Amino acid sequence: MLCQICKENTATIHLTEISHGQRRETHLCQRCAQQQGLGVQPQIPLNELLSSLLQAAKTATDSQEKTVNFSHPDKTCPVCGMTLQRFSETSLLGCPEDYKHFEKELGPLIERTHAGHSHHCGKVPAHAGQEMKKEVELLHLRRQLEQAVKAEDYETAARLRDQIRQYQ
Amino acid sequence: MKPAQLANQSSSWFGAEGPGWDIVISSRVRLARNLADYEFLSCLTPGRQQEILDKLSEAILSLSLGDEVYFMDVDRAATLERQLLTERHLISRQHAAGKGPRGVVVSAKESFTAMINEEDHLRMQVYAAGFNLGDCWKRINAIDDMIEQKVRYAYSERWGYLTACPTNVGTGIRVSVMLHLPALKMTGQIEKFVTAARDADLAVRGLFGEGTDALGDFYQLSNQVTLGVREEDVVRELSDNIVPRIVDYEKAARQVLLEQKPHTLDDKIQRALGVLKSACLISSQEALYLLSSVRLGVNLGRVPNLSLTTINELFLLTQPAHLQLRAGKMLDADQRDALRAQIIRQKLANN
Repeated sequence: MLCQICKENTATIHLTEISHGQRRETHLCQRCAQQQGLGVQPQIPLNELLSSLLQAAKTATDSQEKTVNFSHPDKTCPVCGMTLQRFSETSLLGCPEDYKHFEKELGPLIERTHAGHSHHCGKVPAHAGQEMKKEVELLHLRRQLEQAVKAEDYETAARLRDQIRQYQ
Repeated sequence: MKPAQLANQSSSWFGAEGPGWDIVISSRVRLARNLADYEFLSCLTPGRQQEILDKLSEAILSLSLGDEVYFMDVDRAATLERQLLTERHLISRQHAAGKGPRGVVVSAKESFTAMINEEDHLRMQVYAAGFNLGDCWKRINAIDDMIEQKVRYAYSERWGYLTACPTNVGTGIRVSVMLHLPALKMTGQIEKFVTAARDADLAVRGLFGEGTDALGDFYQLSNQVTLGVREEDVVRELSDNIVPRIVDYEKAARQVLLEQKPHTLDDKIQRALGVLKSACLISSQEALYLLSSVRLGVNLGRVPNLSLTTINELFLLTQPAHLQLRAGKMLDADQRDALRAQIIRQKLANN
């Protein structure tokens, strides 16, 4: 519902007055209500208090700032085939390897959305460590295998299959 | 377990009694995880997506979670069933509308749900009634540890848990509370609350319905920064600093209304109650607005003989899919509005 006075802002103050048996409803936005001397005065500077709560050094993050222009939009991840162009359209990555492959491009973007932070400092899974490498390699091999099969290159496919077996 | 069976039940965390539940309806902690050996959803073949579904559902169903758990196949569920799961916050809209093999594991009390193949391979959440974020975190962290014994998560030393969208990378944690803030709204302070929250890198969303307009004065407040922070600190910040202050402001605003505008306040509450008790057709949006006013009235002791549980239950059970599964058939908008009005009249008459 729009404010009856300015007809621009959403009406947040709804006043019902009854005088001489006549009922009158008024719907106003905060600003117009204050100008009319209506509206309950805000008691607390909620704004200031909340802002001071989080002291995290914030960069000027704008949530609307969604579209990103990369200088090499056709850069492609060898594991999943994701391109920077596709990522900028959907905000979704294609595989865990993308974080490494596009690290240079994604880094500043990630820092901006996470209040300037650039490194994880929370929970660490028990498996993390030497296994990491193996996982990425496996993903990569699987992708190559898929392509080899598609191209009917069975010699390469067989070699890749054996390599994958070794890893597992 | 069929979703339809849930249509008549209230939920253990929505509308149930919990600490500070007059203003903080419920607490939730969510973790986003992905399997190491698989592409993210956007690059997965249906076959590999099925493998993930099998792997994760098996892993989660085999855990002893202290509560019975069920698996529901979201891909094969009827549209109405998916909508019901969404209305109960067991799955997201995105999951309901998704494609390919996907599902959800839900605990019998609905306090734990794990969406498989949503935006990430695994998105699990723990809910609690009232203001209780600490317990939510402890429980989900323990469950995460157990799952981690069975599968390997995608993780990098620098970026932490890797997620399909970089906005969740790092901890993959989303800590949120559902708030009922009618007095801040009535006193015109809600925009300030929303602006201040956004300035503090917190997201504010409506609890019901799409978009940012919080229908019926219900708001969901959650953290946005997931990288470079410790999970415990995110929980503590909301739990010890931010939420208690918002609760205090809402309480102060209620006090101001009681002192300065008692008639306006009572008029709003009693009119809402009057319409709810006698209407023969009522839309879900109107019901939300009116129930919100009555809920405020109950909390301020202006509506004797009516319990908060009853009001909360009405919010849940009068949603469109709940009504239709309860009726056992598809209903058009008019029929839904009639059934909704009838259920509300009956509930309120008994109190």
